[in-house]
Amino acid sequence: MATVEFKGKTFEVDEDGFLQRFEDWNPDWVEYVKESEGIKELSDEHNKVIEFLQDYYKKNGIAPMVRILSKVTGYKLKHIYELFPSGPGKGACKMAGLPKPTGCV
Amino acid sequence: MAKHPTPLLDQLESGPWPSFVSDMKHAAEQRHKNPRGTNQQIPEGVIDDLLGLLEMSFEDGTTHWKHGGIVGVFGYGGGVIGRYCDQPDKFPGVAHFHTVRLNQPSGLYYKADYLEELCDLWDMRGSGMTNMHGSTGDIIWLGTTTPQLEEIFYELTHKHNQDLGGSGSNLRTPACCLGMSRCEYACIDAQDICHTFTNEYQDMLHRPQFPYKFKIKVDGCPNGCVCSIARSDFSIIGTWKDDIKIDQAAVKAYVGGEIAPNAGAHAGRDWGKFDIQKEVIDLCPTKCMSYEGGKLAIDTKNCYRCMHCINVMPKALRVGDERGASILVGAKAPILDGAQMSSLLVPFVPAEGSYDEIKEVLESIWDWWMEEGKNRERLGETLKRLGFQKVLEVTGIKPMAQHVKEPRTNPYIFWKEDEVPGGWTRDINDYRKLHQR
Repeated sequence: MATVEFKGKTFEVDEDGFLQRFEDWNPDWVEYVKESEGIKELSDEHNKVIEFLQDYYKKNGIAPMVRILSKVTGYKLKHIYELFPSGPGKGACKMAGLPKPTGCV
Repeated sequence: MAKHPTPLLDQLESGPWPSFVSDMKHAAEQRHKNPRGTNQQIPEGVIDDLLGLLEMSFEDGTTHWKHGGIVGVFGYGGGVIGRYCDQPDKFPGVAHFHTVRLNQPSGLYYKADYLEELCDLWDMRGSGMTNMHGSTGDIIWLGTTTPQLEEIFYELTHKHNQDLGGSGSNLRTPACCLGMSRCEYACIDAQDICHTFTNEYQDMLHRPQFPYKFKIKVDGCPNGCVCSIARSDFSIIGTWKDDIKIDQAAVKAYVGGEIAPNAGAHAGRDWGKFDIQKEVIDLCPTKCMSYEGGKLAIDTKNCYRCMHCINVMPKALRVGDERGASILVGAKAPILDGAQMSSLLVPFVPAEGSYDEIKEVLESIWDWWMEEGKNRERLGETLKRLGFQKVLEVTGIKPMAQHVKEPRTNPYIFWKEDEVPGGWTRDINDYRKLHQR
């Protein structure tokens, strides 16, 4: 597995750039990933999505369905893509440090 | 020449069927020779390494691709299937080996120019290997690296006016039979429906927003040449309402042996002289046909429109003029709760113009399933869990006998409270006044 160094911290990641361990997440990770996910500046809206994903994951052990993410944050899917160009899975979940989405993707 | 010895795969080069191994070896050689001077953007040895990796799987009987893979292009949540091999040091050419899905034209008609343009792009930015086509219908490009994905997407959309197909929990690429383009059975313009729905629901196709995957397929008639009833959550199947058109003179020609039955489909074996009674009348599932005094008659009221008689005598029998489609829903493969074919939801719907009647049914199903469907629950499973009655309610369709093959045999029947005089609120004390404990 590859390791990434950023601002003196190291992160272990897989080929797709997802964190290997949720516990390794810290705000610097978001700074490091944002560019590769097509994000210039992080806004409060970005953080709101990231925080919700993390809360939901800590409580439920899985990522929320898109519908739930939209409902709780109040952001329509279109807006989520405006915030995270590669979408809620590859974009937002990766930045939030959640495990890589699996299944028939 | 070959980079890795492939004794097991080599055996698959013999025999009459086109050998994928020979094709791959040829393509590998072309990549090395590079006769057109292509500026190859992924490893020259990609195909050699794929053969090597496959040979290794043949030896040890197990796959050598790592689990999953999440890659894509900005703006879309699907379209690319990421893949990494688990022996990247031994087979660096396939360390990244992503699959790109391209939305195919309805009915899979192409011009050589167009395919050549696509091949030029894929030779440069991918492995040059394809799958024509994936089961869902897409043109499949097999094998490229992550940095090439946006490059490929840019050229596809800007130069070739070509978009990606679907993947993930979304509307997958719709597909259809070749319909009216070259089939006299087509009751609906399957290609136009497929094309129209693909364009109409681009957002659903590119940005996953469903509980799970959802597929649409369109068959021009009940023969099911694109298998919509088995391979799509929303199956649109052409049919007709009025009489089958009978050309009695042509019927006589079949009986007289001048025209081969089934358009000669069984010519490979001697099945004897065509016997209309045995091969058509007696095989009709509803027994609604007769052939007396040299005249064929069909009692339309009792015809299921199974296509058998038309299939046997295509020059004598034609589908009716009052055409439309049936909508069936819920087909899926076994995981999780068992395989399903689609169930009849709308027996007959007009299928012309902008197809608003069909879209209305589809969108009301989506509204409901997107809200009620559980995570990774196919529509067919939601139907099982919440009941077929529910989908009738959300689509505003009245229950009718055609909705079932047979009525239920168990008596566990739910009633709505307002259907029952007095409702559900009862006081046990009132009951006790008449019935002592």
